[in-house]
Amino acid sequence: MKLKAVVKRLAVLVSAAVCSLSAYASQTELTVYTAIEAEDLKKYAARFNEDHPDIKINWVRDSTGIITAKLLAEKENPQADVVWGLAATSLMLLDGEKMLQSYKPEGYDKLSRKFRDNQAEPVWTGMDAWMAAVCFNTVEAEKLGLPKPTSWEDLTKPIYQNHIIMPNPNSSGTGFLDVSSWLQLFGEEKGWKYMEGLHQNISRYTHSGSKPCKLAAAGETPIGISFAFRAAKSKKAGAPLEIIFPSEGLGWDMEATAIVKGTRKLAAAQTLVNWTVSRKANETYNEGYAVVAMPGIAKPVEYFPENAEDLMIDNDFSWAAANRDRILAEWQKRFDGKSEAK
Amino acid sequence: MNISLVAKGQPEQMHRHHLLSRRSPDEWALGGILLIGIAALTVAVVAPLYTLLSKSVQDHDGNFVGLDNFATYVSTPSLVSSISHSLTVALLSTLIVTTLAFCAAYAITRTRLPGKGLFRTILVLPILAPSLLPAISLVYLFGNQGILKEMLMGESIYGPIGIVIGSCFWTFPHALMILLTALANSDARLYESAKVLGASPFRTFLTVTLPSVKYGLISTAFVVFTLVITDFGVPKVIGGQFNVLATDIYKQVIGQQNFEMGAAVSVILLLPALLTFIADRWVQRRQSAMLTSKAVPWTPEKRPLADNLFTGILLLLSIIILGMIGMAIYASLVTFWPYNLNLTFKNYQFDLMDGGGWEAYWNSIRMATYTALFGTFFIFFNAYLVEKLKGFGIAKFLFHLMAILPLAVPGLVLGLAYIFYFNSPSNPLNGIYGTMVILVICTISHFYTVCHLTAVTALKQIDPEFESVSASLKVPQFVTFWRVSLPVCLPAVLEIGIYLFVNAMTTVSAVIFLYSYNTMLASVAVLNMDDAGDIAPAAAMAVMIMLTCVVAKLVHWVISTILLQKTQRWRTRVTEGATS
Repeated sequence: MKLKAVVKRLAVLVSAAVCSLSAYASQTELTVYTAIEAEDLKKYAARFNEDHPDIKINWVRDSTGIITAKLLAEKENPQADVVWGLAATSLMLLDGEKMLQSYKPEGYDKLSRKFRDNQAEPVWTGMDAWMAAVCFNTVEAEKLGLPKPTSWEDLTKPIYQNHIIMPNPNSSGTGFLDVSSWLQLFGEEKGWKYMEGLHQNISRYTHSGSKPCKLAAAGETPIGISFAFRAAKSKKAGAPLEIIFPSEGLGWDMEATAIVKGTRKLAAAQTLVNWTVSRKANETYNEGYAVVAMPGIAKPVEYFPENAEDLMIDNDFSWAAANRDRILAEWQKRFDGKSEAK
Repeated sequence: MNISLVAKGQPEQMHRHHLLSRRSPDEWALGGILLIGIAALTVAVVAPLYTLLSKSVQDHDGNFVGLDNFATYVSTPSLVSSISHSLTVALLSTLIVTTLAFCAAYAITRTRLPGKGLFRTILVLPILAPSLLPAISLVYLFGNQGILKEMLMGESIYGPIGIVIGSCFWTFPHALMILLTALANSDARLYESAKVLGASPFRTFLTVTLPSVKYGLISTAFVVFTLVITDFGVPKVIGGQFNVLATDIYKQVIGQQNFEMGAAVSVILLLPALLTFIADRWVQRRQSAMLTSKAVPWTPEKRPLADNLFTGILLLLSIIILGMIGMAIYASLVTFWPYNLNLTFKNYQFDLMDGGGWEAYWNSIRMATYTALFGTFFIFFNAYLVEKLKGFGIAKFLFHLMAILPLAVPGLVLGLAYIFYFNSPSNPLNGIYGTMVILVICTISHFYTVCHLTAVTALKQIDPEFESVSASLKVPQFVTFWRVSLPVCLPAVLEIGIYLFVNAMTTVSAVIFLYSYNTMLASVAVLNMDDAGDIAPAAAMAVMIMLTCVVAKLVHWVISTILLQKTQRWRTRVTEGATS
């Protein structure tokens, strides 16, 4: 009798242990590197967990430059399983180092062509577009009597002298996106000439891509060349900003997703990447971004123009990647060396 | 021939044997510990740096290219300006900070001003706050919307002026810490002799006070110079167009992911540290112990004129520091600067916004506590061995060199070097990568030099006679350490502990590469919140970090008061009548 009770109790204990163990085992943890805005991370993970409660996402988030440098430095022994939400140009860089696992997620073909890798064996998939914009502080502009610019060309007018801040392309991906888009829009020769003109009006170049807009929002400068997502955020927070989408066209990059080569959790990683191209994921992206990878589902986003997608230039990423070093060296020679001569 | 050789060799052997036998077992044991210390610093500092810096002579595929990267860097047009900019800013900041910190340290240790404790607390406040805090304050004070903008007379804060002010603000407590230690110990007999010999107070200052702190003063100058020249935080935020070497590294590594070029610039930045080391050796040879075993502690007299002057200096410095901090606190309470100045507490609700929230805050406290505990013990004990152990010349020299090295390494470079070294699959220690352990080791290494110099400065003032006397009395050196050196240096030891704690709370540049999903830190959260445009919450988190450090300081103060009462009573002079 006594023995029976003990056995019974043991059995209960063992089964409880087994249950909790299996519950533990079924929860796969993925380390996901990202540069997505911190406040969106919880939302993204929660939406994913609605469909896949068995995969837990452990985020490592930092700015694009830091995360890219970290990934490259960890090349010998990658720590990340998945990269979800990093600039496609950064992922191309990682791909060049053979650090990404090629994978064609379910639903890949449903995405717009420009959000696809388009290699025979694709390694990354786009999520949403992240486009240039000009932040224009109406209060400061009124004090200084500045008219509202509407095009890139307007920004070279002498009236804006020392009133414009833009990111330094040598420090910031956004800065490079601007420079490469002007070279593609205007052609090499006219592009450089345009920047010579713009340079006359620049009060300083920042190291961060979001900074010019933040400075415009805080009234430190009337005009900051930055990107639209940050501009909308600042405006929502109460900054007296007008967000200008220059009429010639906008440079853009996309946030994208890829699996890191060598991950020991390939199946879970693939499940996650499948989800990141799903309709539900794209609807989630659309809450902050006007242009997303899956065509036909984007609803207008506050402060973005309805024709946002039409304004995006036909960005040739491979051209930009191949010519990056040359462009940066040329930019440095023209503007960085002499910029403090005054 | 043969015989003569043997005959020649024998006395030499005997001599060596004699030398060996003279070393006592506990000297051997301590020497062994020093070797372990060297091994530890090799793993934590030298090897990671080598892994990264060796890339400076490689191309992207790892082929040896000699000095090509340096040649490329030298040929870029902005380089010459970067070097001269870096030197100008660093020299100017060094001059300002060393002078001001010396005045302040002198006023605190060598005058009878009222409220010295309060001044002392205010003057170290800058070290208690993340570097973003002065940056936010400077913009709000002197930026285009700044309330004191007119004071710059049309000059822009974004440039050399901002870099110098920002650098002075954050390096001042570092300088003060070394100089307070240097000035803390004094021998009244020297001052009495000077008085008897009829020397004027000024002459006494020149012939007694200054020589006794020469080592501390020169260390301070080099520390400040190197801190400023390697810092990229201040120039990045407030430097505007003004290129310096440290921001060049940032551009190469973060902007362009060009590790090879970043390594080349880092190697150039190591030169000032090498200079520090050489100068340090040179000065050290000329510094004799000021606190001899017969020393009598000196108590300052009342000097109305000097006292008023020093009160003025302390007041001015305190007002500047409190002004900067006050502005940041205001910034954390404003709804939307500068267009909606209503005050609110919503910026302190960290759980509502992201960036790590309160969890990051607690992680930071854990990390800072471990860093202070393990770091202080390791640093002070090894500094003691370097200073007080007989023999082991090469080992001591090596250790000292390794201890100076971290100062010259920008945090950004150290952080990346840790990834390359500790994350390598061939490193048996790669298990610590991504954990709290690597954050602690990295932080101790990052802040090693100032702590080491403080410990050495304190130890240098103790007469080596203590060791010799105990040795002749057959007292093991461990006991001398425990009974004499440690109690005498207790103020310095506690200073090191609190220094490590607050720096661990506020550091960003190295740990930003090393934290993982479960070791997010508050200081990184500050940076990320600012990055996301949430300046007010960033200021709020920075203020929280600062308040935590203030509390830590208070705890430190209570502990040191209790301990010092027990161990430092010898510093106050007992009257003749009482002793006899």
